[in-house]
Amino acid sequence: MKVVILGCGRSGASLALQLASMDHHVTVIDRNPESLRRLGKTYPCRIVLGNGLDLDTLAKAEVSDSDVFFAMTRGDNTNIMAAQIVKRNFGVERVAVKVADPLRAEAYRKLGLFTINAAALLAGMCRDWFLGTEFKPIDAYNVDVLEVER
Amino acid sequence: MSMYIIVVGGGNVGVQLTKRLIARNHEVLMLEKDSRQAQKLGNLLGEKHIMHGDGCDILTQKEAGFKRADIVVSVTGEDEDNLICCQLAKEVWNVSRVVARVNDPAHEAVFREIGIDDTVSATGIIFSLIDQQIASDELIPVGHLHKGHVEIVESVLSERSRLVGRAVRDIALPQGSFIVYLFRDGNGMPVNGDTEFRTDDMVVAMVPSARAEELRTVFTDVNA
Repeated sequence: MKVVILGCGRSGASLALQLASMDHHVTVIDRNPESLRRLGKTYPCRIVLGNGLDLDTLAKAEVSDSDVFFAMTRGDNTNIMAAQIVKRNFGVERVAVKVADPLRAEAYRKLGLFTINAAALLAGMCRDWFLGTEFKPIDAYNVDVLEVER
Repeated sequence: MSMYIIVVGGGNVGVQLTKRLIARNHEVLMLEKDSRQAQKLGNLLGEKHIMHGDGCDILTQKEAGFKRADIVVSVTGEDEDNLICCQLAKEVWNVSRVVARVNDPAHEAVFREIGIDDTVSATGIIFSLIDQQIASDELIPVGHLHKGHVEIVESVLSERSRLVGRAVRDIALPQGSFIVYLFRDGNGMPVNGDTEFRTDDMVVAMVPSARAEELRTVFTDVNA
């Protein structure tokens, strides 16, 4: 499948290497050439240098032809905005968004984005490990607090 | 009517806007992410108008009172921050009116698509002004008088212009405007009611700024 990953940080790079090793066609977007070191010396992916919110950069990464898009930068707002652009302007249906802030992750999950919040996952998995219960599907780890806060 | 207005982003745009809104007796709160800048702005605008915090953070939004805000204006230098701030204001807090600054003009359509209808793009505005000037070389502003209330414009008449072959007195000009001078074959000459225009005349006119568009129509109208 054709995969585009925005953000070549630890999680983005690791995902890129895993999917590329499974023979998926991976394109990585990052604005910092330094980040690409994480892909190793002979990176098995296509690289597009640039800002992931720039429509020209996204077009260069051939986002509209891709089957799935991952927004994996360290900027929650960048990821959320990029995800919405990719969905609406480039017509990609499968979009995953890394969101570090649990509340923002919840708010946008409720608006229909597939958001992944590392803190909630980590906490829930630690809990299950401690209790000796089995690890669960991702939805089981999402925590809903927005209503309470509001 | 006094409103509760939240301004996100304490840069130049935010500060000038906040000052004016305070002067209009609105209840204004500015959110600034950087603590040092927030402190500085507190001294400048008054402590009660400044809150240190991230305008995209839902807990900060709660504390700032997004729930009862009449308008949220996000004017940071980052489009993604302005978008997410306004979107959360609408979706989480049901703020009825949100305004976003857009830095990349290409993002205006993105914001609109997502439902943020009120966007302001300085880049877009400046670009369209320049673009307009280049596109309509038929009527070029060369200066203004009386604090910008009166414009001086010039125009070179093409052979298709409806002014060509007509005398000044037969031309209906917008109220308050008049043709003052013309250059023909390199020579300048004053204009009176009998002056008849020819192709390639360069005409100089004065017009109240509010009627510049009308004059543009008179000058750029061509024979079908």
